[in-house]
Amino acid sequence: MSILIDADTRVLVQGITGAEGSFHSRQCIEYGTRIVAGVTPGKGGTRFDDSVPVYDSVIDAVRETEAEISLVFVPPPFAPDAVMEAADAGLRLVICITEGIPTLDMVDVVGYCNGRGTRLIGPNCPGVISPGKSKVGIMPAFVHQEGRVGVISRSGTLTYEAVDQLTRAGLGQSTCIGIGGDPVIGTTFKDCLELFAEDEQTEAVVMIGEIGGSGEEEAAEFIAADYPLPVVSFIAGQTAPPGKRMGHAGAIIAGGKGTAAEKMKALLDAGADVVDSPSELGAKTLEVLSR
Amino acid sequence: MKLHEYQSKELLRERGLNVGPSAVATSADQAREVAEQLAADGAKRFAVKAQVHAGGRGKGGGIKLAETPEQAGELAGAMLGTALITPQAGPEGVVVRQVLIEAGADIAAELYVGLTIDRTARCPVVIASAEGGVEIEEVAEHSPEAIFKEPCVPGWGLRPFQATRLAYRLGLDGRVARAVAAAILKLARAYDDLDASLAEINPLVIGPDGEVTVLDAKIVLDDNALFRHADLAELRDRSEEEPLELEASEHSLSYVALDGTVGCMVNGAGLAMGTMDEISNAGGFPANFLDVGGGASVERVASAFRILMKGAQVKAVLINIFGGIVRCDRVAKGVIEALETIDVNVPVVVRLQGTNAEEGREILRASDLEFIVAETLQDAAQKAVAAAAGQSP
Repeated sequence: MSILIDADTRVLVQGITGAEGSFHSRQCIEYGTRIVAGVTPGKGGTRFDDSVPVYDSVIDAVRETEAEISLVFVPPPFAPDAVMEAADAGLRLVICITEGIPTLDMVDVVGYCNGRGTRLIGPNCPGVISPGKSKVGIMPAFVHQEGRVGVISRSGTLTYEAVDQLTRAGLGQSTCIGIGGDPVIGTTFKDCLELFAEDEQTEAVVMIGEIGGSGEEEAAEFIAADYPLPVVSFIAGQTAPPGKRMGHAGAIIAGGKGTAAEKMKALLDAGADVVDSPSELGAKTLEVLSR
Repeated sequence: MKLHEYQSKELLRERGLNVGPSAVATSADQAREVAEQLAADGAKRFAVKAQVHAGGRGKGGGIKLAETPEQAGELAGAMLGTALITPQAGPEGVVVRQVLIEAGADIAAELYVGLTIDRTARCPVVIASAEGGVEIEEVAEHSPEAIFKEPCVPGWGLRPFQATRLAYRLGLDGRVARAVAAAILKLARAYDDLDASLAEINPLVIGPDGEVTVLDAKIVLDDNALFRHADLAELRDRSEEEPLELEASEHSLSYVALDGTVGCMVNGAGLAMGTMDEISNAGGFPANFLDVGGGASVERVASAFRILMKGAQVKAVLINIFGGIVRCDRVAKGVIEALETIDVNVPVVVRLQGTNAEEGREILRASDLEFIVAETLQDAAQKAVAAAAGQSP
């Protein structure tokens, strides 16, 4: 098994006709992802690339195609509404790639999704891939390989770097989840750790955090309470100065809180294997799995 | 986006909060005139406050009290044009370009009231303390029991009973408690209305007659929400920003100046931070954080290079690109094009990994330009640190 998505997952794409949405939808389809519908208001009744039916609303798409989850490529001013529409239609999972959504909009969106039992991943994330089964996101497929390591990360390219190292070390991945680089996100490190703990395919977890917030510390508390899998972690931003936003809206040391040192210590104390350098992630995971 | 005190106060005044009389001055004469006007309206003392974005200005001598308008003018004259060194401004300090002249307040008690995002609760939270006038982080450090919080529930916002509850927890009652609760509610509405990421009043002053006044205010706006606040976007004070960071932001590049010698250019914020850390592990220190974005197009690579090379201490450059959707051969061509138009007189280490990485490396090797080509991130960092230290590879 994998978590969140598998080979049978029926996916709809909101914003499938846009530049980003169309490019990445094609990449997902090429990978084998079952993209069953697209939604772009005003383009209902047409077909994307002469095959995927496009609908005006999510609820219509769900009724016609039994889509279970949504991948959102809608621009920031409209993305919050798009996610809420997907939650309203009863989708179990919404993955929002969009970067640049106002934080207060996400507060409302997360509240709305929680009230309807919809899991949101992101925003500002690369999405989710269960290698060999399904890719619902923008990550380069070729670095991945099916296997037994779960990956959770707040970033994009740093995750590809880590996954590439795992694959080169002969370690495939069960599912890789980009949880997003914004201050308010739908699914946390802790949520993902919980899911991996119940997955038979996953034997170890690589967790890539960064400065800002306290998601890593909350994950550390959870790991300390008898977490069943080994966890290997790297925290980016050990050299980042306080008070400066490092690219991601959520990557900032504010009021002296959210430093890499604090997070690394919390994870170490919790029993995780913490590496100082991103170059060591692959080798350390291999070592942990051969113990 | 950070706002000045005077801008923050104006926004709060417009939203019904009681803010004492004040006006901005950019010269000693103007400062004296403002103080004279305030005196004519009944002010007996005056505060002269430097308007800079760096925090901790009181500790750096950026807030002075004057007894007369003449003295206010003199203090303003001494402050304007000089560099203010505050705990947060760095050793060079920040130049004071404007001062706020304010009527001196009579103070019976000082409170702290602020809103920020609680990332764990995933909603804004109101933070209040009866220990106003000092930084909230300090209060949190020595007496966390003196801090009270109320969440703004998504879809509902802060309810009046929560504001009242906070006021009573601060030890207030009667008319004063009602006035403070009203101020807290107005601040919470302002936070929402402005799409702020931080809004704090510190101190919120209670006068001898129970009057509640905003004495200092600080608002930070959410950059991602500025698209729907054209009026607020105009409040940006570019003169307060680091010149290279400003230039980078005009090219939609994310850049932060640091004080090392290895300039870096990376695609993606997380990998950029990871690269900085790797440089530090190799015994060097990064000169900057620079995310060229997932796409890393020729234009972006070129502008990134120009900005990067303006960093005074750059002794070597490390380019680290993980090609996903973006192809490394195209990035390599972009790097060569950029280097043909910009004078780069330091060693350049390039590490390409991912899509078409080998083709990209081949293009670099075949060019007339000199590159140090590295394969792994660690190898790249070590080569860049050695190059910055003047060692040949």
